Amino acid sequence: MNMKKTTKYLCTLIAAVAFIALLVFLESNKNKYGMAVTVLQKGFILAVVAVSMNLLNGFTGLFSLGQAGFMALGAYTYAIFTIPLESRASVYYISGMHPVIAGIELPMFLALIAGGLVAALFAAVIGFPVLRLKSDYLAIATLGFSEIIRALIASPQMDTITNGSYGLKSIPAASIYVVIGLCILSIVVMSLLIHSSFGRAFKAIREDEIAAEAMGINLLKHKELAFVISSFFAGIGGALLAMFMRSIDSSTFKIAMTYDILLIVVIGGMGSITGSVLSALLVTASKEWWLRFFDEPLTIAGVNIPLFRNGFRMVIFSILLMVVVLFYRRGIMGTNEFSWDGCLRLLRSIPSRIGSLFHKKEAQAK
Amino acid sequence: MSKTILKVDDITMQFGGVVAVNNFSMEVHEGEIVALIGPNGAGKTTAFNVITGVYAPTNGAVSFHDELIISNYPQGKMKKMYAGENHGKYTKRLEKTPDQITKLGVARTFQNIRLFKSLTVFENVLIARHMRSKANVFSATFRLNKKEEHANREETLKLLGIVGLLDVKDEIASSLPYGKQRHLEIARALATEPSLLLLDEPAAGMNPQETDELTAFIKKVKEQFGLTVFMIEHHMDLVMEISDRIYVLDFGKPIASGTPDEIQNNKRVIEAYLGVPEDE
Repeated sequence: MNMKKTTKYLCTLIAAVAFIALLVFLESNKNKYGMAVTVLQKGFILAVVAVSMNLLNGFTGLFSLGQAGFMALGAYTYAIFTIPLESRASVYYISGMHPVIAGIELPMFLALIAGGLVAALFAAVIGFPVLRLKSDYLAIATLGFSEIIRALIASPQMDTITNGSYGLKSIPAASIYVVIGLCILSIVVMSLLIHSSFGRAFKAIREDEIAAEAMGINLLKHKELAFVISSFFAGIGGALLAMFMRSIDSSTFKIAMTYDILLIVVIGGMGSITGSVLSALLVTASKEWWLRFFDEPLTIAGVNIPLFRNGFRMVIFSILLMVVVLFYRRGIMGTNEFSWDGCLRLLRSIPSRIGSLFHKKEAQAK
Repeated sequence: MSKTILKVDDITMQFGGVVAVNNFSMEVHEGEIVALIGPNGAGKTTAFNVITGVYAPTNGAVSFHDELIISNYPQGKMKKMYAGENHGKYTKRLEKTPDQITKLGVARTFQNIRLFKSLTVFENVLIARHMRSKANVFSATFRLNKKEEHANREETLKLLGIVGLLDVKDEIASSLPYGKQRHLEIARALATEPSLLLLDEPAAGMNPQETDELTAFIKKVKEQFGLTVFMIEHHMDLVMEISDRIYVLDFGKPIASGTPDEIQNNKRVIEAYLGVPEDE
């Protein structure tokens, strides 16, 4: 029933090649498929943050809502150190740049890592007091932290570093290959961690803290570890977002950002990496692209259909979300991961599923 | 007499005004099976939780292999409220956390089964090996500890074979029948490589046949792993059959200790279990 190992490798290889070919095709026809390029990049960036949140919420069982704050730290760190020296005067046109950092320009990759490290450092510091809290209380504390970070970034006292509420512009962009490549790399590293013995320890903490402790797992150490690693990748995600958007300001990282990520995690399935990735792409695509036509006025046979106007797509989007949550209570993937065997099983079950639909109808007819 | 493994000295555990365990002392020697019995609410599980570091005792000390692992004395508000004995005998404060105590070689099971419910049987046991692993988070993530991970997996399979759970290794833990869940909990405790195994009512909710199986199982793993066992149990036939010595708690106070025969004929124990006849 199950596929051979070599067949699986072949399938993976074909999928990877097909994906790269798709990227090349989209990139070379950018004018025609601009929306697809945007959605793919943004989707993958949000997938990194979603997986990092899943690491904490879905795998370690710590309900944290600080993701936007850590993203902001990563994004700002990346932006501050990569804006080209010659354009800094025009970016910091109000109060100039602080002399200590004015002369430092880091290469893209170093700045990216620095963004992650700054987020991780903050997480390590607030982790010790905050991780003693449980469930809702932890969520409130981390939410508060995230808002404090945003307020600090926007405060006039920080003008010479973060440019206060004016935001940062002229952030150097990277090609779609670099952005998506880095996203995939981050997700792969997190997935490796989750499938290592530390990942199992995290799951043990999620399942039963008292039993985990009795199995010799140091609770505070492992919670802190999960929190720091999750924040590191949230920081990386933020930096990638800055790279992609090319201009950021503090309002990008409002609580709404955390909720968007939480939504992606819940829709994809708490405790499923592939679920988070899939749902990040689906949510981004439907929000930004597929539902666009609801925003345009629609006229059928000379009659102007009501409701079709700017903003209507968000109504449809919300209804879709409710439908998904009603029918897939544990998210699209539950706690399962994608596998070729699973794919095969799904394909094979389709005829019998369709068959059972007809049988039901027959039974009802009788 | 063989070596003392666990020594509990004058443990008192007071919650607010309630003294759950009052001045309890005991010893467990190497290779023994010792049982702690007593009516419901006598403080047996509380005593267990003190020994494994879940609660810090109000007063008293615990040593394991001659190493002091827990010691405390009434402090703060408790100083005034303290209702137990031996006030002032202990002056040191030392509280090892449950994971540190497990690392030293004390493994335990729980009264209400606490498995990692949504994980597989295999994973449940494998998690217990994490503590002994030398890998740090980087080497584990980037698979630099392949050898160790492989050895852990082999070891887990071997252990599952010994406890007879190999055929259900890929089942989700909560889908196992009750008796097997109990066995799995013991297997998971064994995977931490303990020298002392604490069992909190291992036969709770079991029928006579399952209890017999469990009795044989405990004897078997004790021999095979060279363990010392300390357990709380209500099934008297199980207790009388396998224990070398028995301690009896009633209302938090130790009332008797000795061999099964001595305990069975002890007047105070019979009174505690059956009640005192009202003389007229």
